[in-house]
Amino acid sequence: MKVKQLSIFLQNQSGRLAEVMGAIGNEGVNIRALSLADTSGFGILRLIVNDIDKAREVLQGKQFTVSETDVIAVEIPDVPGGLAKVLSILGESGINIEYMYAFVEKASKDAVVIFRFEDIDAAIVALRAGGVNILAAQEVYAL
Amino acid sequence: MIWDKKHECMPRGELEKLQLKRLKDSVTRSYESVPFYRDKMNKAGVKPSDIMTLADITKLPFTEKDDMRANYPFGLFAVPMKDVVRIHSSSGTTGKPTVVGYTRKDLDTWAECCARFISAAGVTDEDIVQITFGYGLFTGGFGLHYGMEKVGASVIPSGSGNTPRQLMLMEDYGSTALVCTPSYGLHLGEAAQEAGLGGKLRMKWGLFGAEPWTHEMRSEIEQKLGLSATDNYGLSEIIGPGVSGECEAVKDGMHISEDHFLVEVIDPETLQPLDYGSRGELVITSLTKEAVPVTRYRTRDISRLNPEPCACGRTNARMEKVRGRTDDMLIIRGVNVFPSQVETALLEIEGTEPHYMLVLYKDGAMDALEVWVEVSEKMFSDEMKQMKALEETIKNKLKSVLGVSVKLKLVEPRTIARSEGKAKRVMDLRNQEQEGVGR
Repeated sequence: MKVKQLSIFLQNQSGRLAEVMGAIGNEGVNIRALSLADTSGFGILRLIVNDIDKAREVLQGKQFTVSETDVIAVEIPDVPGGLAKVLSILGESGINIEYMYAFVEKASKDAVVIFRFEDIDAAIVALRAGGVNILAAQEVYAL
Repeated sequence: MIWDKKHECMPRGELEKLQLKRLKDSVTRSYESVPFYRDKMNKAGVKPSDIMTLADITKLPFTEKDDMRANYPFGLFAVPMKDVVRIHSSSGTTGKPTVVGYTRKDLDTWAECCARFISAAGVTDEDIVQITFGYGLFTGGFGLHYGMEKVGASVIPSGSGNTPRQLMLMEDYGSTALVCTPSYGLHLGEAAQEAGLGGKLRMKWGLFGAEPWTHEMRSEIEQKLGLSATDNYGLSEIIGPGVSGECEAVKDGMHISEDHFLVEVIDPETLQPLDYGSRGELVITSLTKEAVPVTRYRTRDISRLNPEPCACGRTNARMEKVRGRTDDMLIIRGVNVFPSQVETALLEIEGTEPHYMLVLYKDGAMDALEVWVEVSEKMFSDEMKQMKALEETIKNKLKSVLGVSVKLKLVEPRTIARSEGKAKRVMDLRNQEQEGVGR
């Protein structure tokens, strides 16, 4: 249910992002989902990979500053209003979303949305009650 | 343990009599043997016989670093080269270095002065000491070496650099005392933790000097290396290490070997002497040096004096930890800024590490300051709002401590080079093209 996401601090300088990607790519780590939040000074790169331990080890070895966060992956049916329905379930339960990012599944063409919540356990309760399909962690790492 | 009770615990009245006698002898010798001092004194209209009390020292002209450079290499030597058995020079950052020499007696005086602060720092003949200062023209390595041998410690002259080897020596030889710069001490502490040596080191005493450092940094180093750290002070123009050092028992100021060095504190603007307790520039006169006596040398180091006897038993005056120099003080839009203030500010913020760089640049015609701070894992959050809040906290803290607004740039670990010698904390780009700053 809870998916481990790796976050990496990136100085705002060309080549840093490429270095991260190259480093984990060289170790055979596959990226499942990616988001980059930026300011003028620095960025936070968020990755969901197939082998988070290997990715973390490689990046710490190259002296990147990393951290891990628990996030939730929700499967949204490919129809207009699909996401709006999920957001309203969360809103009605007073669940705060820190951030979210989305991508499309290869196999089913459904959308997958990654959420970080202020209170992940309350969010899981609300989503389940609303009949929303939460992906298992292993499913996400294998996407 | 007090190395020389007679001189370190002398009643002040007796000490001042000894100082006056030695001052007269030293000034007379300088006047007679060094043309530079004779000319300077003649120009100032003062003769050695005018020195009748300690207060008369203010009649004598100051000696500046430029005077020493202008007399490069041996113009200030008071003895023939035949009597000089050692030559050292200081780490001159601009132009020619300053050169100093030692007679056999000077070397013994030097070793004695070092033995005093080494003992005050806790080291005895039971200790195994690793000296990571450079051995060479720099006075740090040799100065501590001869002082340590006098005390009878087992000396490992490991010299500077090669951190993996330093750690190997610490672990395999079981070193119990460490001599180095504070920034290298912190680096060794971090490296030791990374190498998993935490509980395996037998370190007890750390003797740090050659650059200014804060109380907060002392705590960091003590915690990372598991030792008791003391400060010591000296400069090659005076003798090298050995001018003063902290007692491990009290750690409240560095005891000055006042029977060998007469220390004044002056206002760096007006050049007038200041009373005990007032902060100003240290001016030092050697009382017993033979080869290169020095009179009223302006050190540019900022400190203040405390003449009260210390609870450790020593009566010689103590000087406060040097806060910075009058000349690496930065002036940003009219405000005086010391790099050490930035260090203190950062260490007061939970989780920040003291790895920072001050970058000075021109914003149009105005001076501007950007502070680079490394982001450690403790500081990093996945939430952007936490990171923005951290930036704000650091910026506000720096503004309140420095009195001037600064730009802040959070950088990746190890962006700021670690040094094995004196840490370079300031990058002054004001006269050059700059990239990547002040956006």
